[in-house]
Amino acid sequence: MHSTFQLACAQLGRALAVPETRSLLEGVSFSLARGEVLAVVGPSGAGKSTLLRLLNRLDEPTCGTIWLNGTDTRTLAPRELRRRIGMVMQRAYLFPGTVAENVAFGPRQHGLNISPDEIDALLAHVGLQGFGSRDALSLSGGEAQRIAITRALANQPEVLLLDEPTSALDETARRGVENLLESLIRERHLTCVWVTHSIEQARAMADKVLAIEAGRATAYGPAEEVLPA
Amino acid sequence: MTALLALAVMLLARKRAAGLLRELPVAELRGVAQIVVVGAVLAFMLRGPQWTSLLVLIGMMLAAASIVRKRAKQIPRPFRLALISICAGAGIVLAIMIFFGVVTLKVAILVPVGSMVIANTMNTQSLFLDRLRGEVTSHVGEIESALALGASPDAALLPYLNAAFRACLIPSMDNIRSLGIVWIPGIMAGMVLSGASPLFAALYQFVVLTMIFSASALACFVSSHLVTRRIFTTQEQLVLH
Repeated sequence: MHSTFQLACAQLGRALAVPETRSLLEGVSFSLARGEVLAVVGPSGAGKSTLLRLLNRLDEPTCGTIWLNGTDTRTLAPRELRRRIGMVMQRAYLFPGTVAENVAFGPRQHGLNISPDEIDALLAHVGLQGFGSRDALSLSGGEAQRIAITRALANQPEVLLLDEPTSALDETARRGVENLLESLIRERHLTCVWVTHSIEQARAMADKVLAIEAGRATAYGPAEEVLPA
Repeated sequence: MTALLALAVMLLARKRAAGLLRELPVAELRGVAQIVVVGAVLAFMLRGPQWTSLLVLIGMMLAAASIVRKRAKQIPRPFRLALISICAGAGIVLAIMIFFGVVTLKVAILVPVGSMVIANTMNTQSLFLDRLRGEVTSHVGEIESALALGASPDAALLPYLNAAFRACLIPSMDNIRSLGIVWIPGIMAGMVLSGASPLFAALYQFVVLTMIFSASALACFVSSHLVTRRIFTTQEQLVLH
């Protein structure tokens, strides 16, 4: 059944044993076909970011299973899994060096060199053509987050995880990055798990919605059913 | 008198490091007790066989690793990490110096020179692990971003390992740089006071300082290779947050 979905998980959870036994997330299940967008909504501290960290294995699930194109992700090497499931975090966390070096970082990790022309084309896609030689740490918040998105896409991931990528930006930059993400997802037919606080954004972009509260899924289904207008 | 002076200075600067002010009286009492015991043991050993000095150096390395462990609490299994690194750094450098006859096996030479090398290697190890812990905890986002892009733990950690490595060797490097201009160190002063040629004493001091630098750098090099496996899980997840 799971081989028909690009990304799926069943009864996914994570509990901490120390300093006290505490469940961060439990019993989360969903499935996404290629090109579908899942919006994950819920209050701060509900477990939304934990879910994304489990999906690309920055943290280890303590229960449940994740499938990527039908393959149990526990059978994949962590580096291969993370190349195939890209992630954009709340802050850009660019590395010291040029913008081009940041964009080329991911492919270089698995032995691929991308040419300056390819980097320019990727940057043009996010509206930052000619930024390749700029110092990555001198960019504005909105520009930095665009580079973080480009850096994740340079790996050509099958699934993109977006952990509130606009939450640290001012209003103008936020709108710009959201518009960019919406057009990239539509153009590239990207399978996406998008953690957001914005119900409007979830309605506009998502095919499915997963609502989480206190580490548990409280609702899951087609966007129009979970978030009726 | 000097112990009181150190306490007075720390009292003056108590807002900068309250923890150190509390630690200092215990450290001073412990230090004076230890050095008196060592003096008595050395006096006894000078009349005994040479091999006993090796036992003393092994004991020093164990004690040094135990002290480093306390400075690197957040790093998993720090004692073994520090012990392997100190043994590799100080042990190999001392063995090479003994092999080439620069340091003899005489208790009166091997124990004081060895203790200087081990003590300085210990300090550098503490600095290295403390700085690395600081670098990692303040760059969790960057490290996890690198992992999320498919980087290996070694690649994700490299800039912070390099920063810690450079920072911990600065004191040893500055000691060599300032030798004779800012600083006439203990061995040279002691040798001159006991009637040795100042030129020989100066060269011997240089040899000891470069031994200290080599041992410290080697220990940190070994440590930098071992530490990655301790702060990442087998699934390449950062455990030091």
